[in-house]
Amino acid sequence: MTFITTLVRGTSTKEDSITGCGECQTSCQSACKTSCTVGNQECENSKR
Amino acid sequence: MIYQFEKDNIPVVLDVNSGAVHIVDKMIYDILEYYPKDDPKLQVDKEKILQALKIRYNEKDLRTAMDELDHLIKEGQLFTKDIKRGENFEHVIKALCLHIAHDCNIRCKYCFASQGNFKGENLLMNFETGAKALDFLIENSGKRRNLEVDFFGGEPLMNFQVVKDLVSYGKKKAKEWNKNMRFTITTNATLLNEENMDYINENMENIVLSIDGNKETNDRMRYTVNNKGTYDLILPRIKRMVEKRGDKPYYVRGTFTKFNKDFSKDVIHLAEQGFRNVSVEPVVASREEDYALGFEDLEEIKEQYDILEEAYFEKKGTKEEFEFFHFKMNLQKNPCQEKRALGCGAGVEYVSVTPEGEIYPCHQFAGNTDFKMGSIWDQKDLDSEITETFKNASVDNKETCRDCWAKYYCSGGCHANAYHENDSLLHPYELGCEMEKKRIQNSIIIEAKKRLESDRS
Repeated sequence: MTFITTLVRGTSTKEDSITGCGECQTSCQSACKTSCTVGNQECENSKR
Repeated sequence: MIYQFEKDNIPVVLDVNSGAVHIVDKMIYDILEYYPKDDPKLQVDKEKILQALKIRYNEKDLRTAMDELDHLIKEGQLFTKDIKRGENFEHVIKALCLHIAHDCNIRCKYCFASQGNFKGENLLMNFETGAKALDFLIENSGKRRNLEVDFFGGEPLMNFQVVKDLVSYGKKKAKEWNKNMRFTITTNATLLNEENMDYINENMENIVLSIDGNKETNDRMRYTVNNKGTYDLILPRIKRMVEKRGDKPYYVRGTFTKFNKDFSKDVIHLAEQGFRNVSVEPVVASREEDYALGFEDLEEIKEQYDILEEAYFEKKGTKEEFEFFHFKMNLQKNPCQEKRALGCGAGVEYVSVTPEGEIYPCHQFAGNTDFKMGSIWDQKDLDSEITETFKNASVDNKETCRDCWAKYYCSGGCHANAYHENDSLLHPYELGCEMEKKRIQNSIIIEAKKRLESDRS
C-alpha cells in the first residue's frame, strides 16, 4: 500500500474459533504486580 | 471505533476493536474526517471527499488512499465491529500467587503489604498449605495446560526450603495431570546467594528483582530494619543474578513515587548497570501519603515517558540497551480479543493464597476480609459472589471505559487500584488511566519508528 503501513494486524472476528484458549500468561504475574497491561502479552496458542 | 493520534510526526490510526494499528499518510487523516466514525455500514460519499480535498491533494492519490481504506475495511482491519466475548470462554483457575512468607526482612515505606504481613501476623507458609494450594490450582484448571505459580511475599527467600519443596511437589503433580506448571519468584534480592540463585535459574521461568533506581531513589523508600538503605546490599546481588541468568527471562522492577517523579533517570541508571529488562511503575498509595502521586504530577510523568522513549533509541545497539516493560508491545502474537477484554483475570482465573490458606482475588486484596473468597481447606465454601463480581468488572461493564480508545490495552486497569481509589471495581483509577494511555502511545510510536527504519533500509 502507498499511504498506509499496517504495524499491528488486528485479531479479527474470523479468528473467533481460536480466541480465549487461556494458555497465555496472567498479565500481572509477568513483571508488574501493581498494574494491568495486556497489550504486551504474548498469545501462546500454537495454532495461530 | 477508531482512534487517531500523531506523535513525532508519525500519524497513527488504531482500530480499537480489532487492535489493528496503522501508520498513515497525513492525507488519510483528512479523508477520515468524512467517514462516519461508528457506522458499521459506512456510507461514504467518495465524490464529496474528492471535491472537498482535491484542492490540497492529487485526485489520483486521493482515489488510491480511499481504495486502501476500503481494503482495510474489507480485511477487518478498520472500523471493525465489537464482538461478543465470554460465551465460549471457560473460566478456570490458571494462575496462583502464593504468599510464601507474610514477613519481610526489609522495610519499604510504600509497601502495600504493610512490610510483608498484610496487616496480619508475621507468618511463613508451611509445605502442607502450599501443596494444598497447588492441588487446588491443578484441580480447578480444567483443560488449561499452562499454569503459573508466583512465589510472593513479604520476602519469599525467607522461606526458601518450602519454595523448593513446593516446586518439587508441583512438578510431580503437573506431570501426573499433564500440565505445564511455570514458577516465578518476586524478591527484594537481599537474601540471594550462589546456591539459591542456581536453584532459581534451574527452576523458575522468571524472576522479578526489586530495586527502585539509583542509590538516592532506592534508599529513600527501601531500607533495612535498622533504617539503612538497601541499595549497596542488593545491587551486587542483582548484578550477579542477572549475570548468572543468561538468556532466561527476568525483570528488574522498581516503583516511582512523588519523590522521584523524574524516574527516567532511575530507569536509565538501571540500564547502565547492565539490566536489559526493566519495569518501573507508579506507586499504589492512598492520597494522604506524602509519596502518593496525584493529577498535579501527570504532565511531569508524561514527559518522563517521552525521555524514556528517546533513551530507548539512544541506547539501542549499545551495551546499555534496555527493554522497558510498559513499552513492550507484541506485534506478531498479540493477545486475542478475549484476553484483551478479560485483563488480569483476578478473582476469576487468578487468585492468591495466604500462609493460612485463605483465598483472595489477588495479592493486593489479601488481608481484606470483604474479599476473602474462602479457604483451600474447605473449597466447597468458595464465595462465588466474589468471583461473579470480578467477572462482571470487565472492561465492557465499566462506564468510563466504554468510549476509551485504550480499553483493550489495559482491559479496564487494575481492580485493586480502582477499589483503593474509588471504592468500586467498576470505576477505574483515572490517574492510572492517563499514565497508561501515554505509555501505550509511546510504545506504538517506538514500534512505528522501528518499522519505518527497517522499511527504509
